Amino acid sequence: MKPKLLLRYSKELILTLAVVFLFTTIILLVTGAPVLAVYYHIFKGSLGSWAKFGHVIKTWIPLTLCACGLLYTFRIGLWNIGVEGQVMMGAIFATAVLRFGVESHFSELYLFLSILAGIAGGAIWALIAGYLKTAGGVNEIFAGLGLNFVAQAIILWLIFGPWKRPGIASMSGTELFPKALWLPSTFLLRISPIGIFSAFAAIILTALMLRYTRIGLCLKAVGNNPKAAYLFGVKPQPYMLLAMIFAGGFSGVAGCLQVTDVYHRLLPAISSNYGYLALLVVMLGNFNVWISPAVAFFFACLNIGSVQLPMMLQLDSSLSGVIQGASVLAALGMQAWRMRIRSNEVGAFYE
Amino acid sequence: MNKIFLRILSIFWFWILIWALPTHPITATAAEKPFIFGLLLVGPYNDHGYSQAHYEGGQYVERKIAGAKMIYIDKVNPADRPGITIPQLVDDLMEKGARLVIANSDDMKDGIREAASMHPKIYFVHVSGDDVLTGKAPQNLMNLFGRMEYGKMMAGFVAALTTKTGKIGYLGPLINEETRRLASSAYLGARHAWENVLHKDPADLKFQVTWIGFWFNIPGVTTDPTQVAHNFYNNGYDVVISGIDTTEAIGVAQQKRLEGKDAWVVPYDYIGACEGASEVCLGVPYFNWGPGYVDCIQAVISGDWKSEWVWRGPDWQDINRPDTSTIGFVTGAALPASAKQSLNAFIKELGAGKTNLLKGPLFYQDGSIFLKDGEIASDQQIWYMRQLLEGMQGASSAK
Repeated sequence: MKPKLLLRYSKELILTLAVVFLFTTIILLVTGAPVLAVYYHIFKGSLGSWAKFGHVIKTWIPLTLCACGLLYTFRIGLWNIGVEGQVMMGAIFATAVLRFGVESHFSELYLFLSILAGIAGGAIWALIAGYLKTAGGVNEIFAGLGLNFVAQAIILWLIFGPWKRPGIASMSGTELFPKALWLPSTFLLRISPIGIFSAFAAIILTALMLRYTRIGLCLKAVGNNPKAAYLFGVKPQPYMLLAMIFAGGFSGVAGCLQVTDVYHRLLPAISSNYGYLALLVVMLGNFNVWISPAVAFFFACLNIGSVQLPMMLQLDSSLSGVIQGASVLAALGMQAWRMRIRSNEVGAFYE
Repeated sequence: MNKIFLRILSIFWFWILIWALPTHPITATAAEKPFIFGLLLVGPYNDHGYSQAHYEGGQYVERKIAGAKMIYIDKVNPADRPGITIPQLVDDLMEKGARLVIANSDDMKDGIREAASMHPKIYFVHVSGDDVLTGKAPQNLMNLFGRMEYGKMMAGFVAALTTKTGKIGYLGPLINEETRRLASSAYLGARHAWENVLHKDPADLKFQVTWIGFWFNIPGVTTDPTQVAHNFYNNGYDVVISGIDTTEAIGVAQQKRLEGKDAWVVPYDYIGACEGASEVCLGVPYFNWGPGYVDCIQAVISGDWKSEWVWRGPDWQDINRPDTSTIGFVTGAALPASAKQSLNAFIKELGAGKTNLLKGPLFYQDGSIFLKDGEIASDQQIWYMRQLLEGMQGASSAK
């Protein structure tokens, strides 16, 4: 990306953030909460120590993975709401593999297989939505949403049924995996190097794919104008499926990491809403592969830092949700504003 | 213009980095005076149920031990706080100087054990757990719980005295040893009143347990407890005993009463649960965590800490004495005076050991023996209840 463009994006981002802060401040003032203290605690609670920074990174990894996946589908013009279910499916497939590894001595092998299984799980779930879209003309938003509910139901069924803890029927989740099947993490920050690696790999791979490969170009072509792309010999359908596979695959890795790195078991809330959150991340990140991870970092900070609100100020931590929602609205407003300026410029050109 | 902007941007990031870099060492070592303890609550601190009982237990500690200070985090469960884990929260409490952390839910068992093994210098109390019994607990982790089976017996007792249809509904949370134990105790109390006070045939008493899947409602994940309570009342169950952390059953009972139906309820956990529901509330068995907490914290302060499994009962002298009794029962305004008298007599018998409902012969739901004839249940037998008891309806484990 050209530096100039990057500069423009960062300018818009900062302007967006300003709007968000303004909006949040108004809400805080209305509720009578101490404004400065709230920001201070969210900030300190997310970046105030190495341990907290480690927690933020742990949230950032799956969020970034999902965001990277969504970049493919957004590029081709698909609204992959089903990303949430794709995370869940990744988690389910990973858990299924790990269950075989409980008694095994080759735990590394099973951890590796679980990542592959996660990719497969997410990709299959995404492919279903993609196939419904390309073959059946079902809008991917509806298909995705429906599949999210199905994935959630499958998790509940597994936890209550075949994968239940002995003698127990509880939504607390499946039996904890033995330590050998936890993703190894560094001592200092308790971050898993494999998790970090997969997040960065996803960013770089996505950047390269979208920028330099034929696939990236075709995705863009179809996204911009499917009919024109078709006339140029680019069939939209296979590329849509491909984009869905990428999205599902990355989300599946996120789901797998939620099992192997964060919770060490399967539980109903395994996806932690990261899929839905990633949609917001990408929109706020202007569908850009370099900005989205930064936005994901910001959201991760909010997620971790907002725990301080009930602890220090007796405030409800759902305020972070308000900030996240306000961010996206502000970003969409910013886009609308930009479009208007551009259309004015174009209008002026023709006059 | 752009250059200036870039410069501002870089300065901004630079400051962020500077801010983020230095780690902040634990400050508590500098000032030894206040004893800070952390409390992890599974539900909201003001849920009028399980978590509020713990929260007020923490406040009791602040009153009783000079210099004790509580910091708490509520709604500690993956549905309310996506992506947040127990060890993370413990890190946070430690940074704020906590030297002892109390985790109040069964759901936190694995997380608190993990945190305890990571921080051997901090003390941990897992409420309702059994890691000490199973030998999984590290030296700095202990278990604490109350003998709520007595409270539940009283709940069942008043329910049986009140029901006109002979049908009692038990709104159960998830299925495990604890919840089977408590539901079964309620049934034993009900059957005792039915047989020995009302002199009716136990076969005519219907006791149905319906589980929702978690300690409280999680929309889309658990069964809706409001719906379950409605079903009970609509199907002739006129008394509902709540076994969940929250108060849905009360609201439903009040609604049914407005519709002109017979409806009573026995809530759970919190001493104030009957407030504002005098027309339907028969009474509430509750936890009084204060004294137990105080003992744990005193043990840390005096250096007498032991990794032990503590199961505290009612103070039979007066089960509602706040400084000594961990389990209590306050009667509600809807309980008639005669029933209240019978209840008081029942409590006396329990306290004196004249009546022991956990005495054989007792059978599990599938007909297998729980207690042989004349056998008195040991703590372990009560704690690890493998099924519901014979005579109860409802699932003993997941299907």
